[in-house]
Amino acid sequence: MKDEVNKDKREGQKSGRRTIDSVWLSFRVLNSDHFLSMDLTSLTIDAARSGVQERRTSALALAEAHYARIQKEDGQVGAFLTLSKERALEQADRIDRMAAEGKPLPALGGVPVGIKDVMVTRGVRTTAGSKILANYIPPYDCTAVARLEAAGAVVLGKTNCDEFAMGSSNENSAFHPVRNPCDLTRVPGGSSGGAAAAVAADMAVVALGSDTGGSIRQPASFCGVVGLMPTYGRVSRNGLIAFASSLDHIGPLAKTVKDAASALRTIAGRDPMDSTSADLPVPDYVAELDKPVRGLRLGVAKEYFGEGLDDEVRQAVVAAIDELKHLGCEIVPVSLPHTPYAIPTYYLVATAEASSNLARYDGVRYGYRAPGVKSLSEMYRRSRDEGFGTEVKRRIMLGTYALSAGYYDAYYLKAQKVRTLLVRDFEEAFTKVDAIVTPTSPTAAFRLGEKSNDPLAMYLADVYTVTADLAGIPGISVPCGETKEKLPIGLQILGRHFDEATILRVAHAYEQAA
Amino acid sequence: MKVTEKDVAYVAGLANLELTPEEQAGMVRDLNSILQYVDRLNELDTSSVAPMAQVSDRYGVDGSKQGTERFSYASREDIPEGLRKSLPREEALANAPDSDGVFFKVPKVIER
Repeated sequence: MKDEVNKDKREGQKSGRRTIDSVWLSFRVLNSDHFLSMDLTSLTIDAARSGVQERRTSALALAEAHYARIQKEDGQVGAFLTLSKERALEQADRIDRMAAEGKPLPALGGVPVGIKDVMVTRGVRTTAGSKILANYIPPYDCTAVARLEAAGAVVLGKTNCDEFAMGSSNENSAFHPVRNPCDLTRVPGGSSGGAAAAVAADMAVVALGSDTGGSIRQPASFCGVVGLMPTYGRVSRNGLIAFASSLDHIGPLAKTVKDAASALRTIAGRDPMDSTSADLPVPDYVAELDKPVRGLRLGVAKEYFGEGLDDEVRQAVVAAIDELKHLGCEIVPVSLPHTPYAIPTYYLVATAEASSNLARYDGVRYGYRAPGVKSLSEMYRRSRDEGFGTEVKRRIMLGTYALSAGYYDAYYLKAQKVRTLLVRDFEEAFTKVDAIVTPTSPTAAFRLGEKSNDPLAMYLADVYTVTADLAGIPGISVPCGETKEKLPIGLQILGRHFDEATILRVAHAYEQAA
Repeated sequence: MKVTEKDVAYVAGLANLELTPEEQAGMVRDLNSILQYVDRLNELDTSSVAPMAQVSDRYGVDGSKQGTERFSYASREDIPEGLRKSLPREEALANAPDSDGVFFKVPKVIER
């Protein structure tokens, strides 16, 4: 694992900074009590921040402990693609100086985080898991990342993912697959597989992922962590490498629901750099967590419990629903009749948008260029063919076909119409209930290689998650037990547009009770 | 078989992809299998359903307003330098596969 930070570019920012070694040394001398011996990699946001604030530990010690953990574990897991040590240690130093001066730390002060490698980071290599961006050093920061850092978070590095976030197993990374920390023969899910694995293996307190068809919630479910996809427009997409613009969402993966709420509170809200980011106030999601869930109406849709659902997953989810009933929620049957059409709709809409978004990779301004080409058009074609992986090309082809003359009405327009029907299903259901509970994924984590030669089988791993992306509603996956083979199972809670507060509250109540 | 090798070659051209012969064969197989699956959308009568390109004109906006008024929050003063300053030339060219320090360089454009 090498530090890919572009050192030359950052040289100018270092002047006037105390050296990391001197801070580290003085910290060790001053704090030789028992806190040093405790495990710094299993803390929540609040524990980490207050530890730094009260100087029982330091942001630097937290970062170092997480890097040590990465050093030890990530050779097997493969969660990180790039470590941004220099940037992390500078930020940790800044936070530690604030603490030393007795200044109140911001909400994520000193908290080590991972960032899925589809969010651009100034001066830190950003690949989108693709060979075509293998050497790309972005000149600006993604808004969500900048907001996390402004709130004191320490960015450890960039996490592995399926190429351009296209995949459900992380096997489509151009660099290396990620292995599930719960069972190294299994996939971590995808496309935010590295983010989920990093949090699950205590290599980060929180990670940012992106969700276009389930890419936050499904890996969270496979790795036994919390994954939150906010409402479309809740979090700015500025600086998120585009896959399907009407479906792309940024959201957190975390060890607890409260940490997910805290991260969302930090990254949410209007951003002038993204015209689709909503102009709505951001509630204090953390403060809302402890409101009672008694009396909330939770919908259960039979379409999410049909053919293809693994028995152990079904039992765990049914038990979780019983627990929520026990907590005072009212369970109401609802129908989402167009659910069986969600995957075909998704694979037309998402690929059509992707074929347009990925047209920008032309080998001219940045990214891979094929060597030895003789003309401009040959350069485009060969750079793209050599730079993109198989699944990305498959989706570009499908999307281009669906948009091409003669097929537009039959495929793309048809899918857009069915999208309306899917949205109406949810609108109808949400007149009766406050949230909907479902399994996150039909199965627990599958084995590496199990589905990699069958694109359709892989697509069906997203059968319970794509609906929320198409409708733009928020969804959260929270762990709800495990299979006999000790593989985590996830409970998905879907909510109304811009009502993340309710699904977080239900997830929190379940997490506390379970 | 909906999609033939000829179709794949045509679409690859539209998408600026130069597929190898092996990739072409795989693509014919995969596209047919996926398109056969998405054909189930034709079970639904959508003749009176409006298409939806994106959800953000439906939620999180003032529904009493129409058209561009609905998105007036997203408009802003015209700032000549933009919300974000243009990159210095050096930075803009830093990731280029080939440049002369002033322009991006590409192979010959005119082929005939």
